Amino acid sequence: MTTLAKKRKIKTAYLLLIPGAAWLLFFFFFPLSSLLATSLKRPLGAAPEDGFAYALQFSNYSNAIAEYWPYFVRAFTYAGIATLVCILLAYPIAYYMAFKATKYKYLMLVLIVAPFFASFLLRTNAWKTILSADGFVVGFLNALGALPEERILSTSIAVVLGLIYNFLPFMILPLFISLDKIDKRLLEAAGDLYATGSQRFWKVVWPLSIPGVVSGVILTFIPASGDYINAQLLGGVSDKMIGNVIQSQFIILRNYPQASALSFSFMAVILVLIYLYLRRVGTKDLL
Amino acid sequence: MKLIKYLRSKILLGLSLAILTYMMIPLALIIILSFNRPKGRQNTAWNQFTLDAWTNICRDPTICRAFSVSVQIAVLVTVIATIIGTMISFALVRHKFSGKDGATLGVFIPLSTPDVILGASLLALFLNIFIPLGFWTVVLAQITFTISFVVVVVNARLAGMDPRLEQAAMDLYATPFQTFRYVTFPLALPGIAAAALISLSLSFDDYIITSFNSGRIVTFPIYIWGAAQRGIPPQVNVIASLMFLGSLALVALAAIITRRRRLKAFA
Repeated sequence: MTTLAKKRKIKTAYLLLIPGAAWLLFFFFFPLSSLLATSLKRPLGAAPEDGFAYALQFSNYSNAIAEYWPYFVRAFTYAGIATLVCILLAYPIAYYMAFKATKYKYLMLVLIVAPFFASFLLRTNAWKTILSADGFVVGFLNALGALPEERILSTSIAVVLGLIYNFLPFMILPLFISLDKIDKRLLEAAGDLYATGSQRFWKVVWPLSIPGVVSGVILTFIPASGDYINAQLLGGVSDKMIGNVIQSQFIILRNYPQASALSFSFMAVILVLIYLYLRRVGTKDLL
Repeated sequence: MKLIKYLRSKILLGLSLAILTYMMIPLALIIILSFNRPKGRQNTAWNQFTLDAWTNICRDPTICRAFSVSVQIAVLVTVIATIIGTMISFALVRHKFSGKDGATLGVFIPLSTPDVILGASLLALFLNIFIPLGFWTVVLAQITFTISFVVVVVNARLAGMDPRLEQAAMDLYATPFQTFRYVTFPLALPGIAAAALISLSLSFDDYIITSFNSGRIVTFPIYIWGAAQRGIPPQVNVIASLMFLGSLALVALAAIITRRRRLKAFA
């Protein structure tokens, strides 16, 4: 390529980026930095209605964490368990779709995506009915004596179940995409070299599916840990997550500095966790 | 021995079907209860079969108004986010320029920001620059979080494309515009269509970010959230069932059309 053509190509790249960059700068990074400024504000009076002034009040952070750390722990525990279970559930079905289901591959894919069009609030609410105390599930499990609290609704189990259900498709889809890309001849080659079934899986399929697992974990864990709908609809008072706290601080209590400080602490933890996770699994092609 | 082998080969199928069934359980309940005449306000227990909700979907006009608001928002959001996101994706995958890693990170960060924080920071922005909350603030907020998803999906498609096809077009004296119009764009189209579909569902179903920025406008999810306390009318189940079954029917139709075309191509 001539240098002129190269220059023109670079120019096109910047032209293509301008609208998106401008949009994200103004509607994402600018609000985020103003949230950062808000998180350091100090109150002008006892009530939130008195307003807040710009300051560098770092104690907002220490106070927020000191008061609400159990909610952080709970959010990350629930989201972590839900993410693990999602991997265990998503892998078999994604594997089946990618390697075994020739005729019904796309039908299964559609069945996994189509529920997105039936409101997730309504679906979560349906779980509330299914798991309710007079329902069949609880009755059956109680007959077996399997429930220590004799109920599922308003317990942490219900919240985690809701998270698993709601975010499972976000694990299946990236996993399916990365498994589907695997050249089937690699499996034949492994078989020709006398690899056993489990060797074929652990030495060939699993390593090649890691990019899918990584995207799946990120797409599941982040929204699950910030979620407050499942805890609100399915959980009890003692199952509230950090999302519930941030939401009520913003909308109901209107303690904006506190809410912003919580938001930023939360985001910092998430970014650190993702950074550690990516360093461990080491994947470059995230996007 | 044969039986054990047979069973082993079906384990994976059994597991997959079990997981799929698990995913369909709430939908089955939603569809069943759309034919129910609820005893009290809560439509949670089976009482009596009726087609009442199906024949009178808009009896409570707020439901249908909320639905139409959500559709309008979703269409606007899908069009704008798909265009902006596809442009970013083309720049990231097809071009080399300095600051590319930074741009990739800039797209990735919104994706790794929890919805509550995105919603709250936008609310702070709108309040600070005195934009009244309503229809347009919801559109702006939803486009912001949808763009990154579009980029991810279109990137996946573009990354798998053979760059030699474009080179071949150029070698045959196609202008850059012709190459784009007749080679690049048609190849990227399935990815763009998938991205648009995902935007549509993300926007239509979004509650968290929307609830921060909606002011008084009532979208379909906001209506459901409000109704959940006092009992969701069966009409909502009808609309959700229609959306679910409608999306299945659309896909089936698309499959039939492509198969016909393929048969014609062979004939």
